[in-house]
Formats: sequence, structure tokens, C-alpha cells
Amino acid sequence: MMSAREAMAQDCEEWWGLRLYVAGQTSKSRRAIDNLRRICGKHLNGRYSIEVIDLIEQPQLGAGDQILALPTLVRRLPEPIKKIIGDLSNEERMLMGLDIKSRAPS
Amino acid sequence: MGSLMKLIEPLKKAATGIKGLDEVTGGGLPAGRPTLVCGGPGCGKTLLATSYLVQGALKDGESGVFMSFDESALELQTNTRSLGFDLADLQNRKLLVIDHVHVDRQEIHETGDYDLEGLFVRLDYAADKVKARRVVLDSIDTLFAGIPNEGVLRAELRRLFAWLKERKLTLVITAERGETSLTRHGIEEYVSDCVIVLESRVENELATRRLRVVKYRGSAHGTNEYPFLIDETGFTLLPVTSLGLAHAASDRRVSSGIAGLDAMLDGKGYYKGSSIVVTGGPGTGKTSIGAQFALAGVRNDQCCLYYLFEESEAQLIRNMGTIGIDLRPAVSAGLLRVEPVRPTTHGLEMHLARMIQVFKQYKPDLVVVDPLSALLSSGTSRQAHLMVLRLIDFLKSAGATTLYLAVQGEDNKTELNISSLMDTWISVTNLRREKDLERRIYIVKSRGMPHSADVRVLSLGADGVHVSEQRDAS
Repeated sequence: MMSAREAMAQDCEEWWGLRLYVAGQTSKSRRAIDNLRRICGKHLNGRYSIEVIDLIEQPQLGAGDQILALPTLVRRLPEPIKKIIGDLSNEERMLMGLDIKSRAPS
Repeated sequence: MGSLMKLIEPLKKAATGIKGLDEVTGGGLPAGRPTLVCGGPGCGKTLLATSYLVQGALKDGESGVFMSFDESALELQTNTRSLGFDLADLQNRKLLVIDHVHVDRQEIHETGDYDLEGLFVRLDYAADKVKARRVVLDSIDTLFAGIPNEGVLRAELRRLFAWLKERKLTLVITAERGETSLTRHGIEEYVSDCVIVLESRVENELATRRLRVVKYRGSAHGTNEYPFLIDETGFTLLPVTSLGLAHAASDRRVSSGIAGLDAMLDGKGYYKGSSIVVTGGPGTGKTSIGAQFALAGVRNDQCCLYYLFEESEAQLIRNMGTIGIDLRPAVSAGLLRVEPVRPTTHGLEMHLARMIQVFKQYKPDLVVVDPLSALLSSGTSRQAHLMVLRLIDFLKSAGATTLYLAVQGEDNKTELNISSLMDTWISVTNLRREKDLERRIYIVKSRGMPHSADVRVLSLGADGVHVSEQRDAS
């Protein structure tokens, strides 16, 4: 599903459509959500959307994005799709994995 | 087999539907526990796993989940269709879920702590959908290739096996064979209940598949290497019995089809269910004796299976026609089945497997093996000897009256040393006389009957095979 905002942003290369898969409210899940929000806030300057999917509640969604490891972050936009597994505690590696150039104010 | 059955403890088994495997394991895989199936590429691991799920779904009321790490659902459906499985139908009937778990290390970046809960969630979801009792994970090596952190994977596998056991799900997990250990990633360390090794070996340029149950906790099992066959009727294992001597002995008799020969055999012919060998050099009329036997059986409303090694069916029918043995009506009536076998097209084990399979389909009363010696041309002599023993044993256990034709060399050495397994041994020779050639026939032995000790004349006329007393009794 693509939101109107995502659709609008398609022309614009700088829009990030992110989906985070977790399983339940574990500490690992919470860490991943917190890390994701923090890093996006810091580097993506409002040009992103985050969708969190809890597979415990919606197990049928696991197959679609081929989820095995949890947490898994899927970069749906910009294409191509990329996947990052783990609680996103390593900011450097996450930025690298998502191809985000660091925008942190120096 | 009998003594083996007694040793088996009351452990619940999940049948695999694989003929032979369920016999050597005393009923199947350990129910509610994991079984490891390992082997090299192309050994039949996936097919074994599929057979097990199909058996559960169709015969035992146990639906299943196939978690495939290698092949997609479509590929699985296609690749197993040739074995007579219709996985799509099972999926539609909610007896099977195929979940293709695609893992590609190239796509995965790792950052921080994770586990494989996603696998558990998907498995749980799939199992819940069809109320599954059986699970297949195929193959574990793909996971090792796809998950960057091996420590996490190992810990999660341990947790997964415990999780499956807790739910009393019967698991089959497949893995590649390792160089120094059973599996490349040492999976046998986690799965300690039942381990099956599949092998595909090439000996004398002939491929032979073999299966061995390496381990089966809490259950007696056959420990031999068993040859197996994969073809359009599925996966068949040959649990060749230990040449048990518990064959039933019948008092009934079966005609040899040759009045003069019956006369030599106490006037009544062979014992029903016995093994008979006819030995002789080339051109002594062995095939004619075989064909006459087959035809006589058919005339008495018995079914006959004729394994033919060195000729085609058409050749056999034509050649026998010239001496008045017309096999065609018997073939068209379905009472005679000629099964041509090319010794070089399969390995020895494949031969045995194929022959047994045809036998089981056709269920004949009489069998002719023409000639037994042809089996020698494939494989080493030791292999050939063992295989011939197994064939004899199988046919005997199955209760078929069997006539083996064997070429005997000039040295008079008994072909394959099988004479001790034979109930009746008939020898034919060519005697070169001044002006012509005369065929002679005599009975070397025939257990349990007063048989003639004469050497008589065997003649092939326009109306079949005849045995008569010698005219010049000098």
C-alpha cells in the first residue's frame, strides 16, 4: 500500500518509505523502533514514513516481505528494496545499509 | 524382519509412505520428534520429505507444512509431479501449506541484535492454518548461507527444535552431507532422535542410490544400506530380507509345460513356489524351456512374468513361434507379461528395485528370469552375487514359482554358486555326435521328490519342447 504522501513523493528521490517488522513488545522491538525514529529524525529531515508491523498480531504479513529475522527494517522507497536486520543499534551500519548520506548537522 | 519387529518399543511412528523405509524403521519416523535427512545434492532428500508429507495428508490424516528454503511452491509442485504427487491439490484441500522462505545474504545488512522469530511466526501461522502435525524444513544449509550470524542461527535452531517438540510436531529437516561430519554444519548435534543418510554412488560407471538409518533413538531399526529407486511411482526402498528361510513349503505342483520333463519330476512337475534353475551352454534350448513353462502356466489360468534380458519381446515371441510356442494370445490376454530389462541401463540395485516393483504391480504366480547370468554384466561379481541372492529370496518370499535360466560355461562351474538355493536344478547340454547335435537333459537335483536320474533327450520341434528317453540305450 502506498500512501498519498508516498505517491506524491515518488518523483522526489529523497522520500523514504520504511517498514519495520517486529514480534511483540519485546525490549528488542522497542529498541529497534526507538533507534529507527531517532536516526530518521536526525538524518531524513521529515522526508520519511515509518510503518511498524507486529507479526504477532499480523502473522500473515511475514511471507510478503520474506521476513525471517526480527526485527527487520525494509526500505520500500526509494527502490530497490533493501533489508536491514537487527535492532538498529549501530547507526553507522544502518545508514550504510539504507544508503542514507549522513545529514547530521556538523 | 520378524525378529526385528519384536525389538521395537512402543514409540509412536509417523509413516513416510515410502515402501521399505517404513519397514526398516518399524513403522516410520519418530512421531513428535525431529528426523534429520542428510545427503549430497540430488540424492532425493526433498523427495523423501515430500513423500512423508503426502503420506500424512492423504493416508494418515495428518496435514503438513513444507517450509522450503530452496525451491518455490511452484517449483516444488512441478518437480514432484513426476513422482505422482499433486501438491497443489493438497494445498487447495487445506492439507498442506508450502511456505517458500527466501533468504539472500546479498539483500541483508546486519545492524545490532536480532533473532529468527520471523521463522517461528511463519511456521506457527502456517501450521495453525491447516492444523498441521508434520513439518519439513528443506534445506537447512540455505539458512546457514543466508543468515550472517551463525551463532544466532545455531541458538535459534536449538530453540526451534524444542519449540517443535513441545508442540509434538514431527519434523523432517534436510541437510547437505559434510566432508568429515554427517552434515556440513553439524546439524546432527541438534537432531539426535533419528538420522537418515542418503547416498548416490557411482560404481563401475553405474549410479546407485542408497539409504541408511544411522540412528534411531528408542527404536530398533535395520542398519544396512538399502538401495532405493525414485521414479513415477515415487520413492521405493528395498529392505532386502536376510535370506530368511521361513518360506512356506507347498505340496501343490506346477507343470513344467513339458510332459516328458514332468514325468522325470515324479510325474507332477515342480513344487509350487519353488525355485528352479536350468543351466546349460548357449543354444541348448533354455529359453524354450522357459517359454513352455510360461505358456503352460497361462493355460492353467496363472499369471506369468517373464524378465527378459538379452532379447526384445518381439524377438522372443518370433523365435518361440518357430517352434510352435505361440505366446501372443497369452500376452494380449494379459496373462503373460514380458518385461525386457537392459542390464546396462541401470545399476544393479536399480535393476533389483525395478524387477521387484514390476513384480509387485503385476503379482504373477510364475516368473521366468532369462537369463540370470545377464545380471552379471553389470557391477562387480560380489555385488552381482549379493543381488542375485536378494532377487531369489524376494521371489521365493513372494511365493512365486520361479524358473531361472543360467548360462553355464564349459568349466561346469555352477553359475553364481546359487545351486544351493535352488529346489530343482536341471541341466541341459549339447552332445555332438557324428552327424548331428543332440540336446540332453537331466535333473541334477530336485528336493522333496523322487526324481528321475536318467539323461534324456530334449528336442525342439514344430510343436514345442519334448523330452523323451534315449533310443540307443547302449
